[in-house]
Amino acid sequence: MTAALWYALAGVGLFALGLYAMAVHRHLLRKILAFNVMGAGAFLVLAGLARRAPEGSADPVPHALVITGIVVTVAATALALVLMLRVREATGAAALPEDRPD
Amino acid sequence: MASAVSALGWGVALILLPLTGAVLAFVLRPLATRVGVGTALATTLATGGLALALVETGSGRYPIGGWEAPLGIALAADGLSLLMLAMTAAVGLAVSLYVPGYFRDKPRASADFWPLWLFLWAGLNGLYLSADLFNLYVTLELIGLAAVALAALAGSADALAGAMRYLLVSLVGSLFYLLGVALLYHAYGSLDIAILAEQVAASPPVWAALGLITAGLLLKTALFPLHFWLPPAHASAAAPVSALLSALVVKGSFYLLLRLWLTLFGAEAGGLGTLLGLLGAGAVLWGSLQALRQTRLKLLIAYSTVAQLGYLFLAFPLATGLAWGAAVYLALAHALAKAAMFLAAGNILMFGGHDRIADLDRVAQRLPLSVAAFALAGVSIMGLPPSGGFVGKWLLLQEAIAQGAWGWAAVLVLGGLLAAAYVFRVIGYAFTQAEVPQEPHAVPATLGWIAFLLALGAVLLGLVAPQPLALLGIGAPLGEIGTAP
Amino acid sequence: MSWSAWAPLAVLASSLVPGLVIFALPESKRRTRTALNLGGALLKLGLILAILWGVSEGQTYGVRLPFLPGLDLALRIGPLSLLFLVLSAGLWLVTTIYAVGYLEGSPHRRRFFGFFSLCVTATVGVAMADNLLTFVIFYELLSLATYPLVVHRGTEVARRAGQIYLAYTILGGALLLLGTVWLYTIAGTLDFTPRGFLERLPESQHPALVGIFVLLIAGLGVKAALVPFHGWLPQAMVAPAPVSALLHAVAVVKAGAFGIVVVVYDVFGVEFAASLGVTTPLAVLASVTIIYGSLRALFQDDLKRRLAFSTVSQVSYIALGVAVAGPIAAIGGVVHLVHQGLMKITLFFCAGNLAETLGIHKVSEMNGVGRRMPWTMAAFTVGALGMIGVPPIAGFVSKWYLGLGALEANQPWVILVLAGSSLLNAAYFLPILHAAWFREPPKSWPEEQRFGSAETGWMLLLPPLVTAALALGVGLFASMPFTPLEWARLIAELEFYPR
Repeated sequence: MTAALWYALAGVGLFALGLYAMAVHRHLLRKILAFNVMGAGAFLVLAGLARRAPEGSADPVPHALVITGIVVTVAATALALVLMLRVREATGAAALPEDRPD
Repeated sequence: MASAVSALGWGVALILLPLTGAVLAFVLRPLATRVGVGTALATTLATGGLALALVETGSGRYPIGGWEAPLGIALAADGLSLLMLAMTAAVGLAVSLYVPGYFRDKPRASADFWPLWLFLWAGLNGLYLSADLFNLYVTLELIGLAAVALAALAGSADALAGAMRYLLVSLVGSLFYLLGVALLYHAYGSLDIAILAEQVAASPPVWAALGLITAGLLLKTALFPLHFWLPPAHASAAAPVSALLSALVVKGSFYLLLRLWLTLFGAEAGGLGTLLGLLGAGAVLWGSLQALRQTRLKLLIAYSTVAQLGYLFLAFPLATGLAWGAAVYLALAHALAKAAMFLAAGNILMFGGHDRIADLDRVAQRLPLSVAAFALAGVSIMGLPPSGGFVGKWLLLQEAIAQGAWGWAAVLVLGGLLAAAYVFRVIGYAFTQAEVPQEPHAVPATLGWIAFLLALGAVLLGLVAPQPLALLGIGAPLGEIGTAP
Repeated sequence: MSWSAWAPLAVLASSLVPGLVIFALPESKRRTRTALNLGGALLKLGLILAILWGVSEGQTYGVRLPFLPGLDLALRIGPLSLLFLVLSAGLWLVTTIYAVGYLEGSPHRRRFFGFFSLCVTATVGVAMADNLLTFVIFYELLSLATYPLVVHRGTEVARRAGQIYLAYTILGGALLLLGTVWLYTIAGTLDFTPRGFLERLPESQHPALVGIFVLLIAGLGVKAALVPFHGWLPQAMVAPAPVSALLHAVAVVKAGAFGIVVVVYDVFGVEFAASLGVTTPLAVLASVTIIYGSLRALFQDDLKRRLAFSTVSQVSYIALGVAVAGPIAAIGGVVHLVHQGLMKITLFFCAGNLAETLGIHKVSEMNGVGRRMPWTMAAFTVGALGMIGVPPIAGFVSKWYLGLGALEANQPWVILVLAGSSLLNAAYFLPILHAAWFREPPKSWPEEQRFGSAETGWMLLLPPLVTAALALGVGLFASMPFTPLEWARLIAELEFYPR
């Protein structure tokens, strides 16, 4: 097992963990954090698989993709946090209607 | 080569114009409406220019910055892109002309709307013109974020919750897509669709990528049973935003799925096509039944979207040029009809202050244009002649029966009957007298006319079918769109 | 495009354009609207008569427009089309006059006359269709255009009746569509061809063709009110009288019956259909409908409902004539398209007059009304006697040919059906006539409206008199040229004895 494969598997694991957490947790902040974990997992897969030849330098293209992806994730997280605050302001709880305790 | 470049020069303009407009509208807030409408007109004209150029030179490909694949990012346009771009322009222009009248009492909402909508338009145009998998991811994200922000614009608790759910779903979908792209890149070393199309072969990475990408895009297209986020988000948004979401945004991810299927995955898909068809059938039946149960107009229309999207997926198990063409035609007709319905509902809401179906007291007399718009749009949704919906339904039926696939044929027929049930439920109530007459608020005439013209467009699509289908054939993206059986 | 291509489009436009203009005009512009209606109706009738003359001189009229890959929208005016066209245009003119008079003072006339015009357009489109696709398109348009007329009154009752009407008619349309697409995938074409275009298909397709026949007839049978698809017709009586007259005499039921004629003659071909074994079940179904409709009519006290069930029964004569699969029966069935239209519209006009002038809706309220409204009841009497089959009124001619045709085609049981039906018709029409002419009128009528010294408004009185006179005329002068009977003869000849 090469290091690359370990990274990729870890990435997949993070992805799955994040997905599970997103589905299960009720609080919106936790969902948003879970999304970030998922994103980290996907980027890890991308970067981990970047080495295509066993020797030699890594392929830079996936690195560029990851950087772009991180930027997108930051923007998306910002939007999500603002929306969460507005939802809490409007409804009193930072949770979706189907997740409210009542 | 030069003429192909000029064709795609229009394509670059199609992305840059709305982007610039969005930035300008954001910076020059007081002038936002003027900038917005002006950009809408310019973008529509540019779409026309692209159409003319493509008709002349056939499909084209444009490497950005002169750098070709596998490192460069290319734009490409063929008949399928053209039709989706034209659909976006038609509905986009109509909504852009509708918004000034609709938001005339809410300047803040209007100023917020324009930058977001123009970013959305730029994203959609970029989606339809991209030929690079990662570029497509970026455009998907742009579309998703802009759409969520637009949905949240209405400000009510329902709208905010709906937008939040939409955001989370959209982001999960994008991440699935990204993971699939990662696998494909690792396997073949390129992100360019044309290059991948030549190299891709059935193997575990491709199947995994196929599954991931399909799952992500299905989530964004709200295919049953992943549709749960759509009705609350589309119904609680402001009427013009609902029109954009139902008519244009969901079509973007559908287009992408179709494109990748046709170029990369179709040959290896096997049973997945049948699964998509089954889910589509479920969407048609479940969405229609849920629409029947609704007491509020906008929710009924939103569930109708869920049902109509199901029709599009019936083409996957049939998988011939005619079936794909029919699905695209249905998408086109649905865009016009659904936008008309939501705009008409917006007028009705503005008129009566509510959208309870049972209390649409004699709206028919006070807002004849809007009710007529709803009725004509309903004709297309039901798949009755003459309308674009009828053409799509006929072609899909023809293909299904020719292949002996009676199950899909039955779904098509049944879906039409259920659609008739919920459309006429609304129209029937619009003709009778409610117990307590509502006090009407004035509705500007232009709002009614825009809804009506969109609906008329959906009907006219049924009369001119050979032309758009011929346009669809530019570059033969769907294979041979056959004729007689 | 030459005149022969423009002509069908002009016929369509002569009611479509006025209809669209009427939608755009404000509600208050009464005179303009009436002028548009009448002008359009006169223009249409004029065009059709010109075309009639042209066809008799050997001209052909047709046009094809591309619609789908491989399929055109095709219109053509042949003898059968002309029969239906002349009926539609003529009765339309008459009904327009009646409707203007009947709806005097009612709200929403713009909406009414706009959709009225759309209905005509759809009906003539059905008449001129030259392939099954075009037929289906205009057939469905007819469903859509008639719905607003059924719910016109805006009451809850009307809304429910509209829902039932829709349920039947949309379901019928779905069956028709399914059958049509299936046929297209098997046969590769949908163009109407005299004597049919399906004989050349291999025998392995015959079961599919039977299935297609069932689907098509079921879809058409909804509008044609074949049992068990007739349920919408009595419900639709909630509409105003001009609508009932329209639906029952010209547009909807005739479109269904016309469709059955066309499917049997120009899609399957009557001899091929007989060899497939589908004509006898159709004949049985038509016979059941004839008897059942008449039986139900016996027990209705509401006048319009009694007439509705009578329509259910009478329209199936057409299907019976077609299904008996012989040339003389064909003449009887086809000519009944026109004859039944004339007689039934007279009856409905009279029923409308009774309701509008005296507030009479039930048979039991009709005692002595012949003294108060003699001209109306005279027209009613002509229509009723024609329905029973009394010579020389039109209905007698149709029944005569049907009976003869049954004998000639070796199906004598049909004569029993005809005789039974005539007896039942007498049983539910003669008491009305007796009560109207020979009983004492009540002290006061339910809701009287006076029209000066005349028995009722002239716009309400003239139409039934005209149609009653026509019903008498086409029967009396049946063997003269240019009557419906002669045209029916020509049509049967083309189908059974090709040149």
